Amino acid sequence: MTADLLVATTLVGLVAAAAGAAAPERFRARVVSALTAAACACGLAVALDVLRSGRAAVVHTGRLLPLGGLSLALDRFGALFVAISAVVAICAMVFRLGYDGHGFSSRTASCVLPLFVTALLLVPAAASVTTFLFVWELMAVTSLLLVLVDHRRRPEVAVAAQWYAVMTQFGAAALLAGLVLLATHAGGQSFAAIASGSSGMPAWVRGTAFVLVAVGFGSKAGMVPLHVWLPRAHPEAPGPVSALMSAAMVNLGVYGIVRVGDGLLGGGPAWWWLLVMGLGALSALFGSLHAATSTDLKRLLAYSTTDNMGLVLLGVGAAGLFASTGHRSLALVALVAALLHVVFHAMFKGSLFLSASSFQQATGTRDLDRLGGLLRRMPVTGSLFLVGAGAIAALPPLCGFVSEWLLLQALLHGLPSSDPSLAIALPVGVGVLALTGGLTALTFVKAAGIGLLGRPRGTQAAEAGEVPRSMWAGAGVLATLCLVFGVAPSLVVPAVLDAARAVTASRVPGPLVRGWDVGLLGARGVLAPGLLALGLLVAVVLVAGVRSALQRAAVRRTEAWGCGREMQTARMQYTATSFGEPLTRVFEDVLTPAHDLDVSHVAESRYYVEAATFHTSLDDAFERHGYRHAASGLAWWGRLARRVPNGSVHRYLAFGLAALVVVLVVLG
Amino acid sequence: MTGAWPLPAVAAISVLQVLGVVAGGPLLVGLMRKVRCRLEGRVGPPVHQPLLDLRKLARRERTRPDQASWIFSAAPVVLVATTLVIALVAPLLATDPAFGWSADLFALVYLLLVGSVALALGALDTGTAFGGMGASRAMTIGALSEPALLVAVLALSVPARSSNVPTIVARSLAHPAWLATPQRLLSLVAFLIVIVAESGRLPVDNPSTHLELTMVHEAMVLEYSGADLALVKLGESMRLVVLLALFADLFVPWGVATAPGVGHVAVAVVAIAAKVTALGIALAVFEVAVAKLRLFRVPELTAGAFVLAVLAVVSALVVP
Repeated sequence: MTADLLVATTLVGLVAAAAGAAAPERFRARVVSALTAAACACGLAVALDVLRSGRAAVVHTGRLLPLGGLSLALDRFGALFVAISAVVAICAMVFRLGYDGHGFSSRTASCVLPLFVTALLLVPAAASVTTFLFVWELMAVTSLLLVLVDHRRRPEVAVAAQWYAVMTQFGAAALLAGLVLLATHAGGQSFAAIASGSSGMPAWVRGTAFVLVAVGFGSKAGMVPLHVWLPRAHPEAPGPVSALMSAAMVNLGVYGIVRVGDGLLGGGPAWWWLLVMGLGALSALFGSLHAATSTDLKRLLAYSTTDNMGLVLLGVGAAGLFASTGHRSLALVALVAALLHVVFHAMFKGSLFLSASSFQQATGTRDLDRLGGLLRRMPVTGSLFLVGAGAIAALPPLCGFVSEWLLLQALLHGLPSSDPSLAIALPVGVGVLALTGGLTALTFVKAAGIGLLGRPRGTQAAEAGEVPRSMWAGAGVLATLCLVFGVAPSLVVPAVLDAARAVTASRVPGPLVRGWDVGLLGARGVLAPGLLALGLLVAVVLVAGVRSALQRAAVRRTEAWGCGREMQTARMQYTATSFGEPLTRVFEDVLTPAHDLDVSHVAESRYYVEAATFHTSLDDAFERHGYRHAASGLAWWGRLARRVPNGSVHRYLAFGLAALVVVLVVLG
Repeated sequence: MTGAWPLPAVAAISVLQVLGVVAGGPLLVGLMRKVRCRLEGRVGPPVHQPLLDLRKLARRERTRPDQASWIFSAAPVVLVATTLVIALVAPLLATDPAFGWSADLFALVYLLLVGSVALALGALDTGTAFGGMGASRAMTIGALSEPALLVAVLALSVPARSSNVPTIVARSLAHPAWLATPQRLLSLVAFLIVIVAESGRLPVDNPSTHLELTMVHEAMVLEYSGADLALVKLGESMRLVVLLALFADLFVPWGVATAPGVGHVAVAVVAIAAKVTALGIALAVFEVAVAKLRLFRVPELTAGAFVLAVLAVVSALVVP
């Protein structure tokens, strides 16, 4: 039954793609959205069934793919990710009905979008190396095509897609090498064969494969220093695609690291997990710092994705570290916290990206320095963005708080420890988690405060109006889930716990309390989010009631005070750049902003300034120091290599002979 | 501990805590103002002057800048409401208050953050230069002081194996030796710096300044008037009391009632009032002695608090 539904998911997805290619322009958006959402509904049904019953959905056909056929097996761990992707994709499809991005209704885009969604749903179900690499590459290529949709009108799209193409293929090459290494040593390419054969592999094989796989999946998850494509590609993608990429696709990077590290290899030595934790901590800090100083709304969200995936990897690394030092129960708690954060991140980041795309559609810009006052002009979308911002800043009673709390608990209960690796890693992890939290609060006060509140900073923002209903409905479902999961995390915690158990094959009892609250068995005190929300609600009603009882007169609207000046203009407000300026100063050594002041003088006298322009920019340090050098090195290598084939037939014959000799020597 | 407390006692303690924080906030601010004035050779307004101010403001008209949205009016309410919830669940008088099992230290820190975020959003909603300036500065200071508080809290939770405040208080009462460990002392200093930064006192922010260029908190609340301004002032003073009372709870827990009984609770009320008053006077004396820091030196102070707190966690490993 569940296996049939899994097949149905694939088939409906393919039908949707065909419909996208065939349907006339008038119905295209509606037909594609409906069919893709139907495929997602099938996927969600399978995932929920697997999560409930624990029986894997298995499909195997020998004919569809070369080298071993198509092999799918969805267990509870994979089902969690399928469920997340399906929910985000359904909301994105509802959003898509009202969205009119440039070129997004073209035949190609409409054909590729369902393929991308189907690939997203199938990656966690793949059960052999070839199947996995096939759907993984399908996902990478289709998402690349979708990023490219608007490349004719805006040249920066092509640049972003170039970065994405290089990084995703680099990641795929690392994955291919790592998985093939495992498959050859296991003597079979199905995941089951690798899992049963992995314990007998030599340590260097396991270590090399893990590092290769972590690099491949890490680049998809936006892990620093492989993140450079993410803040370029996610903002340039059309609205629904950017939400799918940032809320669903990045998760699969985490899926892969956990699936291979904990599942196929059955855990590993401490250094693996210290590596994951270290890179996670770096990603969290670097991402949150850049998000705090970004002024492009979608770029800010993209950097915050790097930040959040960093936190998830921090949890995954801590879980592995606990397991390798014998703290089985804590390992499970840390993994649950990390996976819970994946679920919640998908909800709030999906809603934030969809609302940000609504703002972009209504105002034509995503530059925060040109927005402002949108909450009064777009009350529904604005409120949804506020909910998402509150959730990502981990404000109770929204969902982000619950997963951060649980991660803090896992780190707290790991202390005090006599194990040196834990003793170093845990305080650093706590510090990073706390610092990221503070920076995220600043980031989203900036995003919501500058973008939605105050006066509009441009005519486009001043004339903006509410977007079509389907657009805010799509974002609204995700924002509602942020609130629901924040108040009643017990709706998801058991499923996440089952998923974590499924992948680690953990038999530890507990370790979380049952019921409405979240907490660790054996530790006094729990987090009672429902009670907290109720308390806050009562307090707010009480205080507001007292205020209106004391002062019955209506609130008078007045001119804001401007030091005695009569006129207040929007240009007197702080912008996103000025809001983040103090922080840029504090972290000047890390961010190294570039300032450029151009003063031109009046021809008659140098003492009179004619015009002054000030330009400040903040680019990615990894991009500037690492990638630019690597790119120029590659270009140099290319120029060098170009000299070798100079057109002379003699030289080519010599190459042939040399190659033959080498082959004979190696084989002989 | 659990279950030993009869329901009326728990209810009475909760009401006492909330009323104490609501009334104690303005009184503490008045007292600190009085101490500062006396040290500077002035007479100063009476201690209960802030209460009179609140009564006056509550009857004045509320105004709202013409461009502001509902966020502007909601912010003061959220500020006071979050502080009320903290006052209700924190073990200020007894180790087992109502809902004490849910009084998680991290949750309390994040509730404080909700209040700060609400106020910053309200400031940005005014659409003026001052609102943005205040919000930007306050969030920059907060971006470093909130983490310091969080890590300091974690260092305190490690020996108790729980981040539940009543548990931490009860266990430190049972093991007084804990109070002199290095991690306690380090997190104590970090906590103090955070209190100064969060409540906008000298040397981070001057609460009595009216010079625009140096304002942080005052710049954020410039546009509030009438009952809204009363709520902002009340909320700020309540936050100060709650932070000082939590500090007293965590570092000098003696006096908190561990068993039910009118006598115990009476002792607890006197003890917490004395501790908060003493801390308030100490803070006021300190304020007279120091000058305000340049804005761009403040992050050094809060970053220092953060480093101290991380050191506290590290030393929690050495001294279990």
